[in-house]
Amino acid sequence: MNRFSYFRAESVEGALAALAADPGAKLIAGGTNLLDLMKYDVEQPSRLIDITQIEGLDTIGETTTGGIMIGALVSNTTIAYHPLISAGFPLLSSAILAGATPQLRNAATAGGNLNQRTRCYYFYDAALPCNKREPGSGCPAMEGVNRNHAILGASEQCIATHPSDMCVALAALGASVHVAGPEGQRTIAMADYHRLPNGSPERDTTLVAGEMVTGIELPAGAKRFAEHHSYLKLRDRLSYAFALVSVAASLQMDGRAIGDARLALGGVAHKPWRRTQAEEVLIGRPADDETFATAADVLLEGAHGREHNAFKIELAHRAIVRALSQAAAGTPQSQSDKRIA
Amino acid sequence: MTLRTLAPDDKIGITISLNGRPVQVEVDTATTLLDLLRNHLALTGTKKGCDHGQCGACTVLIDGERMNSCLKLAVMMDGREITTIEGLAEGDELHPMQRAFIERDAFQCGYCTPGQICSAVALVEEGHAHSREQIRELMSGNICRCGAYPNIVDAIEDVMAERRGQFREAAE
Repeated sequence: MNRFSYFRAESVEGALAALAADPGAKLIAGGTNLLDLMKYDVEQPSRLIDITQIEGLDTIGETTTGGIMIGALVSNTTIAYHPLISAGFPLLSSAILAGATPQLRNAATAGGNLNQRTRCYYFYDAALPCNKREPGSGCPAMEGVNRNHAILGASEQCIATHPSDMCVALAALGASVHVAGPEGQRTIAMADYHRLPNGSPERDTTLVAGEMVTGIELPAGAKRFAEHHSYLKLRDRLSYAFALVSVAASLQMDGRAIGDARLALGGVAHKPWRRTQAEEVLIGRPADDETFATAADVLLEGAHGREHNAFKIELAHRAIVRALSQAAAGTPQSQSDKRIA
Repeated sequence: MTLRTLAPDDKIGITISLNGRPVQVEVDTATTLLDLLRNHLALTGTKKGCDHGQCGACTVLIDGERMNSCLKLAVMMDGREITTIEGLAEGDELHPMQRAFIERDAFQCGYCTPGQICSAVALVEEGHAHSREQIRELMSGNICRCGAYPNIVDAIEDVMAERRGQFREAAE
């Protein structure tokens, strides 16, 4: 680990001032990803700004419009088991419980989950080139071991995937990210929060320098999907492994037809993968495999595989159909009994 | 606590409650809770396995919640309550989970055992596991390379059953 100074912020304003004062500074809360990366010398902050003592960022509450505000410092565990979340937004609970371990979920925060870095092996190995870590140095994953890498939205610079499960559910639920910065506060739609790598893979998100996440808002309207949802995560090991492909499926049923739909994929791109066109083809159609396959075709259009990950295109297609049928039947995937029904 | 800024070479005094006793210790910025316990306080029950939050050997309870002590900075633990494997027994009386691990032979080499037991104690308190499958899933943060998993689950089931019995007695 590199040598770094430490600052304990007591307010959002204090944290922002400390960020502005030192371009090499990083915020720390749960530390589960940042300290891991520091031990590998992938992250070498000059200063850590401890935000865990800031008051008011560690609660979950209802907004005046009936939505839910999750403070940036709320632990992943607290979100997953909170009655307002498990009752109104069970897709989010399920996705969080599909990821990491109880120890990590207890420590990891909502804001940290959003801002975690890719688990690409080449990004993690500071001895190797990586365009995300060292812009312009190259991408060994293109021709290397790329089983966990992107099949959608990749660029010539980067084929890394975003590792979060929570963010896939947030994308499907139409959440928004509340941010504070030198210019004041703003809200970023989840769809715009993470970005595709394009020519600048070093940037994971649309946060600008000096900004910090203060909370995540779930819209009241997303409660209409609580009855028909499923988070289906497929991976090499049944527990504590990142997704090869995951699917967040939310439906509002209108008799036997689909009234409304939300669909997002994890493990396949640099951000949670959502296309509204794939949702539109579901609306008004019967909830059957033919309909679901059409949505999968649209969501996966343009998918491109490489040596070790081409199988994920067919895997994702089947997973989408399965997750949508689980959602339609009201039988969401269990995250403890791993049998897929 | 007046701490505001700490330079890399500075050391700062922090106070933690460690296994029920207040402990004051000086740390620098880069010391993890795991290294504080093992190297500074000679509490070597908590084990260093991967040092990256993947194996669970370093699991301790922080304010009652199980976490990987290798991924916590000591300087951020000021004022927190830490319980390690050394703090579970009451004098010579082992914690029920320690007894159950012995009775069920839930280990072989023993290296992962302190982390397994701390994790299992928290799992029972959390109350989210109601079947063997759920116990296995919620113990996924603790790896046992000897493969004692079936006996670990047996031990945890014993303690859960014991506690259910105590609740019933208390209710009657």
